[in-house]
Amino acid sequence: MSITYLEAIQAAQDRALGEDDSVYIYGQDVGSFGGAFKATKNLAAKYPGRVIDAPISEDAMVGSAVGATAEGMRPVLEMQFADFSTIAINQICNQAATQFWRTGIPCPITVRLPSGGTEGGGPFHSQSMEAIYAQYPGLIVLTPATVEDAYSMLLEAIAIDDPVVFCEHKYLYYHLKADQLPDQNLPVGKARIARAGKHATVVTYSAMVHEALRAADELAEEGWDIEIVDLRSVKPIDTDTILASVARTGRLLCVSEAFPWGGVNAEVISRVTSEGFHLLDAPPKRLNAKDTPIPFHPDLWKTHRPASQSIAASLRDLLRY
Amino acid sequence: MAEANIKEGKEPLCESGSHYQAAFRYMLLARIFEERTASLYRAGKVVGGVFMGKGQEAFSVGLALALDQSRGDVYGPLIRDQAGRLAFGEALIDAARTYLGSVEGPMRARDGNVHRGDILKGMIPMISHLGSHISVVSGRLIGKRFRGQKDIVGGVCLGDGATSTGAFHEALNQAAIEKLPLVIAVADNQFAYSTPSERQFACADLVDRAIGYGIEGHSVDGTDLSLCLETFAKATARARAGHGPQLVVGHLLRLCGHGEHDDAAYISEEKKQGAFGRDCIEVARQHLIDSGWSTSDEIEQWTSEIQQQVEEATLCAQRESGPDPFQETWQALATTRLAEGLIEGSPGQ
Repeated sequence: MSITYLEAIQAAQDRALGEDDSVYIYGQDVGSFGGAFKATKNLAAKYPGRVIDAPISEDAMVGSAVGATAEGMRPVLEMQFADFSTIAINQICNQAATQFWRTGIPCPITVRLPSGGTEGGGPFHSQSMEAIYAQYPGLIVLTPATVEDAYSMLLEAIAIDDPVVFCEHKYLYYHLKADQLPDQNLPVGKARIARAGKHATVVTYSAMVHEALRAADELAEEGWDIEIVDLRSVKPIDTDTILASVARTGRLLCVSEAFPWGGVNAEVISRVTSEGFHLLDAPPKRLNAKDTPIPFHPDLWKTHRPASQSIAASLRDLLRY
Repeated sequence: MAEANIKEGKEPLCESGSHYQAAFRYMLLARIFEERTASLYRAGKVVGGVFMGKGQEAFSVGLALALDQSRGDVYGPLIRDQAGRLAFGEALIDAARTYLGSVEGPMRARDGNVHRGDILKGMIPMISHLGSHISVVSGRLIGKRFRGQKDIVGGVCLGDGATSTGAFHEALNQAAIEKLPLVIAVADNQFAYSTPSERQFACADLVDRAIGYGIEGHSVDGTDLSLCLETFAKATARARAGHGPQLVVGHLLRLCGHGEHDDAAYISEEKKQGAFGRDCIEVARQHLIDSGWSTSDEIEQWTSEIQQQVEEATLCAQRESGPDPFQETWQALATTRLAEGLIEGSPGQ
């Protein structure tokens, strides 16, 4: 059998609903329609009353989920697109994220964000929001890059007692396939070496892992052995795994599909330079999307975001230093 | 909806002296406590701010007394609901501790003044973003529905200013769709900070919005304790009986500044002399005496008892320790293994 990234997300929710009566799903069109991307396909029929259509009210969706946790529920929210979660930022960052610290009462909500760019998505259906949420204390921010991670990390997100922002990448929904779902996987908080190498490290996450892997293939033909660290979780960040990789290679390129100012790349470079400056043989580099809104036309979009060619070019610069 | 916009009559239908007395004593306790807190603020003993419910006690206590914490009702107070908080079951000492920064308080000095609550006891700890706690109360009702708990009501308090937020609209629409047993108490006190109602909304009465949401609405003179008790008793009973959300708008005037830092010079004499400018505590005191339920001597006696109680609570909270930054966990996550807080830059490192 073969299972896609999207099907893994559906399967994880199916399993969570089946195993735990306190789990329910709430989001726009998630009910009998099965969600805009079909991530909740068949679940409303299988779990009557527990997969609920929400009005177009992201703020109220998250606010009500926070309230429901106080009654022992574990809500899973689907934002139709990550971009629309800005409407709910107040409830996510000020209500959910502050609750445990203010009161000592945990707030186990999972907010699923269909993230990242696809052809024709344009400025408001393509965004990568992980850095915004990672900035706020009290949130866990996950960015799975593989089918296995999409499944196991979503299950873990639902089980975690804290609010989790689950950034699933739309570009991977249909393209990425695995033979089967995992029984065991790395826990949340641990990064993964997606490809071992010795000449340079690429730290990346989500869809960019696959672009980086293609770039590494390209460089392998030129004799370079590139190591790729898939962060999996951007908050917390597994600094130890990053530093260990940089210790092996001496060179660092960070790649993210998000906008360039601040963000995950800046955070990784900051940590490596302050904790592992002596490990570096070259100034660390970063590659982000451009500092403009995300363009609609595929030709513009492909240039706006990092891709295997631009990653390979950055790596050549880094290796030449 | 046929029941929408139920305008309350001028005469209370039913009331009992003991209930009225209990309500009045909560109002008095809130007023005296807040006056004491304000004086501590002016003396520099309270940092941050003090936000009083002066003039809103009758409306505030009306909702809270219609709720029953012991049966699982939920309460979402806002900044001017000291009276309601006490009536719902908050210990006075918890209010004093939160204002005075004691680590023994429910917020452990991590949050202050009106930003306090007790989630396990059904009282939502408000955040400052107005309207955002409405859907949190709704969520608790949704959670209770999942758990099979019946006959529960959630009450949530806000002012006229909060009705202008997107969060208010989203939450009322959501509660209406879910037919939640939610009572939304809007204290229209004519000002949001310094902004008068005419710059806040353009409908004649905020209760008119109930029709748009497809919910029942009630409009009440918020300076009259009898009418407030009666209106909230009715609204809460209708919510409990399955008639969905109830919007209760109280007409009154804020008899103080937004906070104690604000002298409210913008509130005109005309407003103060207007129909809703009267002090609900004075109105209730007179009603107690006129109806023969209490005497002025008895009320004097309560007042001095309450002053004593307030003095004890504030002294106790002042004697208790404040927070120690070096004992603080500095951890915002419940899941310790995923907490990243203790990296460079945190105090105590």
